[in-house]
Amino acid sequence: MTNNTDAPRKTARSAKTRPRTTRPRKVEDAARLVDIYRQMLLIRRFEERAARGYTQALIGGYCHLNLGEEAAVVGLLSALAPSDYLFTNYREHGYAITRGIDPKYVMAELYGRVDGVSKGWGGSMHMFDVTHRLLGGYGIVGGQIPLATGAALALDYRNQPDVVMCTLGDGTTNIGAFHESLNIAALWHLPIVYVIINNQLGMGTTVERSSAEPELYKRASSYRMESERVDGLDPLAVGEASARAVARAREGHPFLLEVVSERLRGHSVVDPAKYRSDEEVAQLRAHDPVHTFAQQLVRDGVMSDEDLATMDQEVTARVDEAAAYAEASALPDVSTLFDYTYATPVANDSRRLPGQPLFEPAPLPVAEDDQ
Amino acid sequence: MTTMTYRQALHDTLRAEMLRDETVLLMGEEIGVFEGSYKITAGLLAEFGEKRVRDTPIAEEGFTGAAIGAAMLGLRPVVEIMTINFSLLALDQIVNHAAKIYGMFGGQATVPLVIRTPGGGGQQLAATHSQNIELYYAFVPGLKVVAPSTPADAKALLLAAIRDNDPVLFLENLALYNTKGDVPDDDIPAEIGRAAVTRPGRDLTLIGYSRMAHVAAQVADQLAASEGLDIEVVDLRSLRPLDRPTIVASVRKTHAAVVLEDDWLTYGIGAEVAATISDGAFDDLDAPVRRVAMAEVPLPYSKPLETAALPSVDDVINAVHQTLDAVGHRRQKVGHD
Repeated sequence: MTNNTDAPRKTARSAKTRPRTTRPRKVEDAARLVDIYRQMLLIRRFEERAARGYTQALIGGYCHLNLGEEAAVVGLLSALAPSDYLFTNYREHGYAITRGIDPKYVMAELYGRVDGVSKGWGGSMHMFDVTHRLLGGYGIVGGQIPLATGAALALDYRNQPDVVMCTLGDGTTNIGAFHESLNIAALWHLPIVYVIINNQLGMGTTVERSSAEPELYKRASSYRMESERVDGLDPLAVGEASARAVARAREGHPFLLEVVSERLRGHSVVDPAKYRSDEEVAQLRAHDPVHTFAQQLVRDGVMSDEDLATMDQEVTARVDEAAAYAEASALPDVSTLFDYTYATPVANDSRRLPGQPLFEPAPLPVAEDDQ
Repeated sequence: MTTMTYRQALHDTLRAEMLRDETVLLMGEEIGVFEGSYKITAGLLAEFGEKRVRDTPIAEEGFTGAAIGAAMLGLRPVVEIMTINFSLLALDQIVNHAAKIYGMFGGQATVPLVIRTPGGGGQQLAATHSQNIELYYAFVPGLKVVAPSTPADAKALLLAAIRDNDPVLFLENLALYNTKGDVPDDDIPAEIGRAAVTRPGRDLTLIGYSRMAHVAAQVADQLAASEGLDIEVVDLRSLRPLDRPTIVASVRKTHAAVVLEDDWLTYGIGAEVAATISDGAFDDLDAPVRRVAMAEVPLPYSKPLETAALPSVDDVINAVHQTLDAVGHRRQKVGHD
């Protein structure tokens, strides 16, 4: 079943024409909506703070932000149970904190500190927390897809009720590992949801310039896999689609969900995104999912402007605390450099720093003059 | 002790480990219904069923990566890659993922995975199916690479590999599958990272692994019989970690070494062994370290060309003679003390 076969190519923008509402029917619904907004805002403020940390040289390496993808991230993860597994790519800070990891540990990882989720070994692209079942964080485009498929195989092997969610970018759908993995998941009926976060740009290359079938969810049909496309700027729509996909996966039907989203900034912090027109940038700002959702909440009487401001203060304070925690956390000691090469200790493992000899040189012969 | 082929030792060990530990499963192309391209897995599908003996699509990157992911959740997959040549299709998953996951995430996940794969030329399979590219994996920290040359080591190292919590590339060789040897009946794993002195001697050290450890033993026997030479043979058995102390201890004793490898000479495993000897036994050497390796060409199909390109017993004997000539005085001592 491939749904939405008449979906427009530019779903994210076209979807704006659909009426949206957040009007709650019950009190607990209102609380849930407020919570969704809080999570979205936390990603927004966290990522802004990360960008600042990067320009202050407190964060190194690459730094890819989830700005513009807040609705997608929060909606997707709302459908997962705590015991389900998540694999994602290098644009992942938002996933880590929405999965429930304290932002201070995520920020500490960005700062390369011992208290980071990956103890400073992974950085921005390689967040991992087994207790929150976030199994990475992968920097190689598409590398996570076979791994996630194998995790689903392990769950199936043990008859566990959990599912795996594996997110990837639009550009990743052209990688062999994507197709090999979907084929295997479909053949073996694995409990996995593949999620394409289609932010419409792979670095600077549009979907239309990289994918011969730009309606990416349709690629599932090659594997007789169910799929769906959803507006990634609407957290509630994403949440509902994610719940449908996860439910199917839990029944042993792998699913491909395409979430059409937007990337508010460049590919990474250092990318000024000059390939975008002024008009496009203006449109992005108009579609900003955090602002849009806030406006809906106010319009529907769920939150007041004052509530929004108060929440912003709270969230910003939390992010500030995370940054302070990260900065205070220790840098790893160099003596730990060889701690994580092998899990099973092994004879003759090399533990040499650059320039150290393989064997201690024999003592020099003593010259006769010196005797 | 039971005499059996290298193939039988692998088969029996896989079966025993599957009986011992139900988290052990096999994945690979044609390992089930077809019973394996080289019949290592013959009968296992019938015994253990499709859940534990999984025929995969032809998708090395996909199924190797899936095995890594399954290992992250605690299964112990043993992947068969039909020949090491095809492992190139899974290079990203092996090098960028299997080898990195333990370290990159600060020790939070392990990858108890075995990749079994044969290398080797000499079967007239031409350039793409005859390579010895274990070096690519031996280069990478985080991977362990073992290369048994005997049925006994095939068993003991496979036991070690399956029970290890790190990804192990287990190198087999097409020319070894039918070789026979005594195999202990116990199930004591070998220690990864240890070479073995398989023949003690005093005149010169021959160092090899996999098929070339056999060639080394053959040359040592032949030269003992024909010339009274007393050659020591070191079988590396583990390419990562490399057992440098055993290599160096041997050369400190014999003062001369010839390194045998089935891969290409330049940048090969032998270069690393020679550098190790240079670092650890420089003052003990009486002659430069020689390497005998494959000719640096894509291996041709036609038999005379293929034979010429692969290192032979005669090639090794020539290198031994030349090394002992360089030693000079040592050749005259042969057979006198």
